[in-house]
Formats: sequence, structure tokens, C-alpha cells
Amino acid sequence: MNDYLNKTYIILDRELKGYFRTPLASIFLLVFLALSSGMTFFLGRFFERDQADLTAFFSWHPWLFLVLMPAIGMRLWAEERRSGTIELLITLPVTNTQLVVGKFLASWIFTLTALFLTMPIWITVNYLGEPDNHVILISYVGSWLMAGAFLALTSCLSALTKNQVIAFIISSISGFVLIMAGFNLVLSAVRSWSPNWITETISSMSFLSHFSRIQMGVFDLSTLVFFISMIILCLWVNVQLVQVKKAD
Amino acid sequence: MSDKLINATNLKKSFDQFIAVDNIDLSVSRGEVVGFLGPNGAGKSTTMKMLTGFLEPDNGEIFINNINLKSDPLKAKEYIGYLPEGAPSYSDMIVADFLSFIGKMRGLSYNSLSNRLEEMANQINLKEMWNRPIETLSKGFKRRVGIAQALIHDPDILILDEPTDGLDPNQKHEMRNLIKRISTNKAIVISTHILEEVEAVCSRAVIIADGKLLANDTPKNLENKFLNKNTLSIKVSNKINNVVSKDIKSLIKYNDVKIQKTDMSGHTIFVSDNKKVPNLNTVLKQINKLKLDVIEANFQKVSLEEIFRKITSDNNSK
Repeated sequence: MNDYLNKTYIILDRELKGYFRTPLASIFLLVFLALSSGMTFFLGRFFERDQADLTAFFSWHPWLFLVLMPAIGMRLWAEERRSGTIELLITLPVTNTQLVVGKFLASWIFTLTALFLTMPIWITVNYLGEPDNHVILISYVGSWLMAGAFLALTSCLSALTKNQVIAFIISSISGFVLIMAGFNLVLSAVRSWSPNWITETISSMSFLSHFSRIQMGVFDLSTLVFFISMIILCLWVNVQLVQVKKAD
Repeated sequence: MSDKLINATNLKKSFDQFIAVDNIDLSVSRGEVVGFLGPNGAGKSTTMKMLTGFLEPDNGEIFINNINLKSDPLKAKEYIGYLPEGAPSYSDMIVADFLSFIGKMRGLSYNSLSNRLEEMANQINLKEMWNRPIETLSKGFKRRVGIAQALIHDPDILILDEPTDGLDPNQKHEMRNLIKRISTNKAIVISTHILEEVEAVCSRAVIIADGKLLANDTPKNLENKFLNKNTLSIKVSNKINNVVSKDIKSLIKYNDVKIQKTDMSGHTIFVSDNKKVPNLNTVLKQINKLKLDVIEANFQKVSLEEIFRKITSDNNSK
């Protein structure tokens, strides 16, 4: 067990440092901070709302993640397949699950760094008023969980192709469908031909509706289970895809 | 228990309709260097990918140091060092970090990892590139990094897919010397389509084409097997003019006698007969009558290259 975790950690460590070996990390962090604060202050009208909360900040996260999480995760497997290093990885004494989990955790921890760097906005709102810090903390946790689901989806889809751009596009489109799953745009396309339970299942998969409950400070078990099981499901499919597509 | 470090039987692998490897058996013992020969697309890389556990065979079994690769892949993979085709590596990493990553994944402890890294730097001549990103290295150094990662855990089995491909003649020579140096206590499989490489480093040659194993023997035995026993070649140090040439042809009682100038002073006499194998003693006695100085006499040798061409073209025509 110790050895199992140790090897997963070695993968994680290499992958996480990999973000910082190239300009990718700094560009991503800059873009994330610029966009999240730009959206908060200009689109979310943070000051005009005159409320000591971070709704204006968090409500844009699903849309931000829709583009930025595929940008982080698109290389996870597509690049391994393109460069042939997947052959090195698979022939090491390590399981595909360890590889998939290690790589995913690295990208998830990197996202945590990005979220951590937005802390000044939390400090600002505390300086300006008396916000419900409990709700803000829950929103941060919820945002990180949602980012994890986006990343797991991207990681899974990046195993389908050797091309990072294709991985980015299919991940963004799939992410968009999952964000909008509770809305008529998606549901009307399904409702006409599928039984009611399918429509309801799809509707319950909406990232947006789960996340809006979190933003209100409601962090119920179903939301936690939803995001965690979304991550586990995507990673499980990821492991299968690596196995099937590794030699293509 | 078998003393074979690699023991593969009835390996078969298809991709859709295409049969890449068709019932190949291969076993390699410690101390052996097996040269895996074949034209491009013959199934060399696919076989190697199966031996290293990257691909699962459709049929057949692979035992690595008596461990079934299918039922206990993690244990079996510990014994293998593998250089995939093209020596892929993480190009953004520096050499030291990359080798250290592979070493850690191979389960080396902190102390043995630092010892092995030092050995690799010296043994594979990577010292001057140690802290350079791999993407900035020349092809030769990249290949060395690939070999170093395959050797980092000092494996019993080394599988190298075209280790000298794209290297200049000096680098090829160095790589072959390295393989020879480390081959004494390991089982090594090298794939190549360069025949001189097999002659230079391999104790056994395995020839495959269209996924089928066509020959499996020592380079020497292959040469003997394919020796052209119908043509006797006799090298003499004398000048042979037209008169002597006529005398030789009339004295030697075989159908086909050809005389070729080999250098400034010497000539070679080729004797063959499509009905019977020429007798060396008889021919020598006949030549002695003309008082010619024989330097060398043997049945005409064929190179491994000719054997390879013959075997693979025979297979194509079938």
C-alpha cells in the first residue's frame, strides 16, 4: 500500500513540477486571476451590488472553468501519446490507475494554487464589510470540487487523442453540455425522444444547479456525492481509455 | 523452473485484420545478446512491446524470469529495462531529473538512486549534459539518455528498440561497445535493420518478416547454413595472363571456372558446377601443376546481409 501511494505521489510530483517547468503555470495563473477579478468587478458589479459577499466572484467560476480547466488538463494524456512517453510510463512497474490518479491529482492541486491566489478578494470583502465566511469557505470548497470534475472529464477525454487542441475542444464542449444540463437548451433536445427518467437524470447532472446551491451556502450530501462520483467515474473511464488507446 | 530470463511462446498479435506477429517463440538466457532483425513493419517493435508489457498478446504466453507477465505484470516489469523506438523522454526535464524520476518509479532507494545516477553519468558519458533540458540535446545524447533510463535500475533484461537508429558512425560504435560491455550478466534483445550491428554485438540473430519467425541462430551458424557450397574460391598471388587462364580452365575439370583480378598482383579463381560440389583437394592438386601460389581457398562466403535478403525475399515469394 505504501509503495502504491509512493508511486502515485512520484507521478503527481513530476506532473505538478511540469506545470512550473514551462511558462504554462505562470500564464495560466495570470489569466485565471485577471479573468476572475475582471468578471467579479466588471461583469459581476462587485461594488455596485454593495453587499459583503463573494457571489459576484463565484458565480462566474463555472464559465471560467469551462475554458481554463481544459487548458490545464488537455496535455495530461494527449501529450504522452504524441511524444511516445506513454510507452515508458506503461512499461514501468505501475498500474494505469496510479498513473491516471497521480496525473489528475497534480492538475487538481495546481487548480488549488490558483484558487488560493484569489484569497486577497476574500480579505478585501472582510475589510469592507462582514460577510458570511462560512458561505465563502463552502463556495471555495465547492468551486475546487467542480474544478476537479472538469479536470477529470478533460483528463479522460485527452486520452482519446494525440492532439492537445482536439482534447481542449472536446473537453470544452462536453463541459458546456454538463453546465447546461439542467437547462432547456439541453433538455429539449433529449425530452422529445427519451423517457422521463433519462431527462431527469441529465437534469440532475447540471454543474450549474449544483454549484448555485453551494454558492448559497447549501452544501448537501447529494452535491458532494455528485462531484466526487463524477470525478471517480471520469477517472475510471480514463483508466479504460488509456488501456484501449495506448498503442493507437 | 527455466533458466531463460525471457521465455515467450506462440506470440500472436493482430490489429484489426492485419496480423503483426504470427506465432513467434523467443527465449533469451543471461549473457545472450539477441539481434532482432527484420524489414520495416516486420513485427519487431510489436514483439518488443509485448515482451515489455506495453501490449497484451492476443495469444501466447510470456515469462519474464519465470514470472508470468500477464498474471503478475508489476513484478515482471521490475526485471526489464526498455528503450522504446525513438527513445522518447520528457523533453522539458533536465537529464538528472528525468533519470531520477525513472529511478524512483523503479523503486530505487535514495542511496542506491544517487549511486546509480552517478554510475550512469560516468558509464554513459552524460556528465556534461547532466543539467541540460533534454530538448536541447543532440540526437546521440537523447539516445544515451534513453539507454540510461533503461539501465537505471540495473535490470536483468534489456530490450532496446533500434538503439543506434539515427546515430552517426562514431556514436553507433560507442553504443555497440556499451552494449557489449554490459551484456555479460544480462539478457539483451536489440531490434535493428542494420546487419553489421548484429555481426558486431549479437550472439544470436532472430530474423522475422511479416510477423513470422524465419531464422533463429548464431550469426556464425547462419553463415554456415547459407554458405554457397557450390562455389569454391581460390585466391592466388600470381598474375594470370590469357595463356595461363586457358591452362587453368582446361586443367580444372568442372563446368564453370571464372578468373577475376582481385588486386595488383593477385587473382581469384571461382570454380562451380551445377551437377556436383567441387572438391577442394582435387582443384588444389590441379592448380599446383601450374605452380601457382595459393593464398586462400574456401567455399564462397555470404554476408549476413545476403542471408537476410534471401530469407526475407523467399518468405515474400511464398
